[in-house]
Amino acid sequence: MLTLSLNNESKTLPTIMSLSAALEHWAMCDELFAAAINGEFVPRSQYASIELNDGDAIDIVKPVGGG
Amino acid sequence: MNNDNRNSTDTPFELYGETLSSRFILGTALYPSPQSMRDSIAAAETSMVTLSLRRQNPEHNEGDSFWETIRESGRKLLPNTAGCKTPKEAINLAEMSREIFQTDWLKLEVIGDDYNLQPCPFGLVEAATELIKRGFKVLPYTTDDLVLGQRLLDVGCEVLMPWGAPIGTGQGLLNRYNLRTLRERLPNTPLIVDAGLGAPSQAAEAMEMGFDGILLNTAVAKANDPVMMARAFSRAISAGREGYRAGLIHKSQTASPSTPTLGQPFWHQS
Repeated sequence: MLTLSLNNESKTLPTIMSLSAALEHWAMCDELFAAAINGEFVPRSQYASIELNDGDAIDIVKPVGGG
Repeated sequence: MNNDNRNSTDTPFELYGETLSSRFILGTALYPSPQSMRDSIAAAETSMVTLSLRRQNPEHNEGDSFWETIRESGRKLLPNTAGCKTPKEAINLAEMSREIFQTDWLKLEVIGDDYNLQPCPFGLVEAATELIKRGFKVLPYTTDDLVLGQRLLDVGCEVLMPWGAPIGTGQGLLNRYNLRTLRERLPNTPLIVDAGLGAPSQAAEAMEMGFDGILLNTAVAKANDPVMMARAFSRAISAGREGYRAGLIHKSQTASPSTPTLGQPFWHQS
């Protein structure tokens, strides 16, 4: 069992898996977002190959108004 | 003479080799409703809108309706890195913006102090250097400091966006000396006053000083009538630009009669 944070909230995964598998596991199939792991941007093309580890901090961001 | 004829003689508002149709860049935060934002963008006749990215769970779709509204507006996008306090944060958020919004254009913010949200000069130059290497078209939100502006140009920025006053304060042009110095020392650099304006007259003044454009958000979004205020700023920016192009007279301490004195009746009769 892995414990990670997603947007600063605790999440678990049953085992080490890719970011795309984790997003699927958490039922997050939206396309309109970008991701970072431990503060580093992860291009969408790497979602399937990058593996999540225990303690990783994932940031998922979406468009909002800004000045 | 109609507006189209007047505008056709103006120098194009060109940033990074691209001509924008309006000198007014509008933010998309703080509006009382999506409809108000949509109508304000239309009333402003803005060429480009700023927007941002924030943490949201992709299970939820709060951001989707906002994004749809922005896309439907058809305006050019200028994502920002608001809230970033380090070059690393700004660079990573910039990359996330480029992936989502499919644009290299970026309003770079690296904030150095929470009290006045003042740009950090050191972080700004460091982040701009790296982002330009990565192919971004960086529009840095900066102070009115001349040497900082020069350093940002040295590392490849082609536009500067000095503050009029701290973000959201509505205080207008706080340091006219510094702003005039920027304009005089950097005559060929597009300069956009970004942040701190509260009244259309302040935008007009900046344009009369020779600034090339205005970026603002709060003054429109938090007005009692954002749509009317968007239109007011649009007109003020156009008026200020025309005033600059027309050439302001020099200020004088002594009065000079505008009505001819020759032929004045009763001249010195008493």
